[in-house]
Amino acid sequence: MRIHCEVNGTRRDLDVDPLARLLDVLRDDLGLVGTKEGCGEGECGACTVLLDGAAVASCLVPACHVDGRRIVTVEGLAPDGTLSAVQAALIDHGAIQCGFCTPGIAMLATAALEHEPGASRERLREVLAGNLCRCTGYQMIVDAVADAVATSAGREGSR
Amino acid sequence: MTIAEPPTRPARPAGGVVGTSVPRVDARAKVTGAARYVDDLTAPGALFGRTVRAAIPHGVLRSIRLDPAFDWAGVTVVTASDIPGRNCILQDTDDQPALVPEGGRVRHVAEPVALVAAETRARAAVAADHVLVDIEPRPAVLTVEEALTGAVEVHDGGNVLHELRLERGEVDAAFAAADVVVEGTYRTGPAEHVYLEPQGVLAWWDEGDRLVHVAGSMQCPYFVHRALAALLDLDGRAVDVRQATTGGGFGGKEEYPSVVAAHAALLARKAGRPVKLVYERGEDLAASTKRHPSVIRHRLAATSDGRLLAVDADVILDAGAYVTLSPVVLLRSVLHVAGPYRFPNVRVRGRAVATNHPPSGAFRGFGVPQAIFAAERQVAKMCRALGADPLAFRRANALRPGDTTITGAVLDESAGLFEVLDALEHQLSLAPPSAPSTGPRSAVTAHRGRGFAVAFHGAGFSGNGEAFIQPEATVDLAPDGSFRVLTSLVEMGQGARTVLAQVAADALGVDLALVDVPEPSTLVVPNTGPTVASRTTLIGGAVVAAASRRVRAALGAWAHDHGLSVDDVAAVARARASIAPALSCTEGYTPPADAVWDQATLTGDAYPTYAWSATAVDVAIDDDTSEVRVERCVQVIDAGRAINPQAVAGQVHGGTLQALGWALWERVPRSRGAVVSPSLSTMVVATAADAPEIESVVVEVPYRGGPSGAKGIGELPMDGPAAAAANAVEDALGVVTDELPLLPEVVHRLRGGRP
Repeated sequence: MRIHCEVNGTRRDLDVDPLARLLDVLRDDLGLVGTKEGCGEGECGACTVLLDGAAVASCLVPACHVDGRRIVTVEGLAPDGTLSAVQAALIDHGAIQCGFCTPGIAMLATAALEHEPGASRERLREVLAGNLCRCTGYQMIVDAVADAVATSAGREGSR
Repeated sequence: MTIAEPPTRPARPAGGVVGTSVPRVDARAKVTGAARYVDDLTAPGALFGRTVRAAIPHGVLRSIRLDPAFDWAGVTVVTASDIPGRNCILQDTDDQPALVPEGGRVRHVAEPVALVAAETRARAAVAADHVLVDIEPRPAVLTVEEALTGAVEVHDGGNVLHELRLERGEVDAAFAAADVVVEGTYRTGPAEHVYLEPQGVLAWWDEGDRLVHVAGSMQCPYFVHRALAALLDLDGRAVDVRQATTGGGFGGKEEYPSVVAAHAALLARKAGRPVKLVYERGEDLAASTKRHPSVIRHRLAATSDGRLLAVDADVILDAGAYVTLSPVVLLRSVLHVAGPYRFPNVRVRGRAVATNHPPSGAFRGFGVPQAIFAAERQVAKMCRALGADPLAFRRANALRPGDTTITGAVLDESAGLFEVLDALEHQLSLAPPSAPSTGPRSAVTAHRGRGFAVAFHGAGFSGNGEAFIQPEATVDLAPDGSFRVLTSLVEMGQGARTVLAQVAADALGVDLALVDVPEPSTLVVPNTGPTVASRTTLIGGAVVAAASRRVRAALGAWAHDHGLSVDDVAAVARARASIAPALSCTEGYTPPADAVWDQATLTGDAYPTYAWSATAVDVAIDDDTSEVRVERCVQVIDAGRAINPQAVAGQVHGGTLQALGWALWERVPRSRGAVVSPSLSTMVVATAADAPEIESVVVEVPYRGGPSGAKGIGELPMDGPAAAAANAVEDALGVVTDELPLLPEVVHRLRGGRP
């Protein structure tokens, strides 16, 4: 079937198998390989992307489901080369090791900043529990996202 | 000695790059999605591979047939008869076949018997289902107890694959004379690494079938290199092994990638096209290596005033179906099972036993977590029996510089057990981090307890491993005046590229930005040995520093000859690179001059040095559900010197949570030799909500043989927390916690609850 969607700000007209996984459309058809497959069953979160601003596991989303919708992948976080607040915080806090979970974590955290601007550290741990990391013990990931949330809240307040 | 986090070390000279938390050199590529892991690589015309497995734990392969009802057009099929060289995955032994031949023995359910490749992953998967494998089943050996009866042999000639014995002093007399003896039997199950990126390799050939390239997710390019040369009957120069960006290893990508690479290379050879073989998660969980299950019987003898007199331990590891690395895992278990204490009398027996499980393999800690679990459970019991304070007892018996180890070696100056204990007590005197993220959901009915453990971890290979492998690294001056570090030691998340770049920049006297540590190809980099055994910073750092110093000296001499100042190394490098021929220096590792090791008697310097840790874990156990939650976890390590404190803290956090997961939450359910329901839905691992705020403290007791005093610390954080957690559960409930994992149903049973 033909679908129309917006991927990282660009309109795309695609001819896809309606049951193809969004993950495969992104990786194989669009070459956006920053989105990773860690389990293929929605458990690890490595394939997390934003669908109309919500974090979703792209391995569980059929292509027909994204017709007319807006998708952001990790490649869309720093379109002009300037890192987003979440990306910069992940680097600053040492939250990146092997990096395979990192794109998914970055997308999840980006959604958290948008939808849970005042989230406590404890709440952020619950939010981040959707994505697995096996390197960091989550310590520096929580540090980074908490920092990005606090910085973002400060910016909002000063407007 | 300094204590970090927050860093309170003295200010370093301006520009000092060692001891500084510089951002990782690979961070930007990873956070923007630009880093290329193996499944992100493309090759024109590449096919997708799939492995056909035995699905029966033990038997004889009668035949392999292709389903005549299936359309095989465009499908490449490989069996053992397609192997041009030796049919083995060559490691320290050659007992593991790459593919079981017709008439050959099948020894585990995930044993590869055939390979297919097709245009799409889906078609390869369907084709694999139409390869008809006929196996005559035999009785399977599924526990070490069954294996030791010898009733069924996994390999002809007995099921004990390797045995070690170590004895000093008068052990029986010491036990007879002791005031107190404690004894226990400790059991741990298999454990899965769950590196986030599954196993995978892309293979392609050049010049017909004369030059093979593989690119993949791996820790040890030269392990793959050696295995491929034997399998494909190629000279080493015709085998190009490239490491792609690797999404975690933890030992799981030490020896296993040789299997994946062998299969991908065989498929690509027969197909005449590139082949990508990337495991799905379920296949990875079912087939890849697991931590060795262990049964350790442990006895301790002590005086009534709290002095340890003797240890007597019997270590049995479930090696699985093939030898792979089990002898060296067993050696490390044997060398650590006494714990970090002084013992005048010691007896240790170790056996690695064959079963019809997929081969057990390397996993962070490499036999030490099992050994320390037994040793530190025993010490907790001894403290209880004596009425002794757990930290005071450990101090009184702790190994100190100048003490003699159980192998008869004298400890060097970098033995920081007292220092980590001091720091642990200091940290525990502080309030825990605000807003603890975890806590039992029904706090009113929680049982609470605290447990301790101390651990040590031999840095680098055991015994004479480093002398055997003769690791080398090269430092090049590039045409643009920058420097390139060539090493087979890989970045797998732990920070090797950054830390080795820091070591090189420090030794060269240049800015970090001028040093590149590229991902290795065996056509280019020398063999620095495998990225294992907490040896990357210690051994790799030492040879990179040595090669860097030679380059700097050569630049200094050249500057002198050309009337230039040697103070600005970068300027000299630019000047020389623009006019003179290439400059490249290779250096090897020199073990300490006085190091001696006798493998036959396990006598002498087992390791050049050790890293040390002390752990405290506070748990709360829900009275209704028996769920164990960690309310506080303090992990103190002696790193010798933290080259990059942030990277060290990252290793401590990650290793600590992996250990807590192994102890409390994670298991690999098996039935009939197979993983039951191999999926991350059932084989859960710790999430951010399960994890406690991990309080990591780094102590620095420098080792003179390491770069800037550094020792290896990648595995150490995995060693102690499981024992500390089990001791905490015992403290909370008063039940004996001698098995792992302490899942809610296990704790429920230990409390006397009905199944």
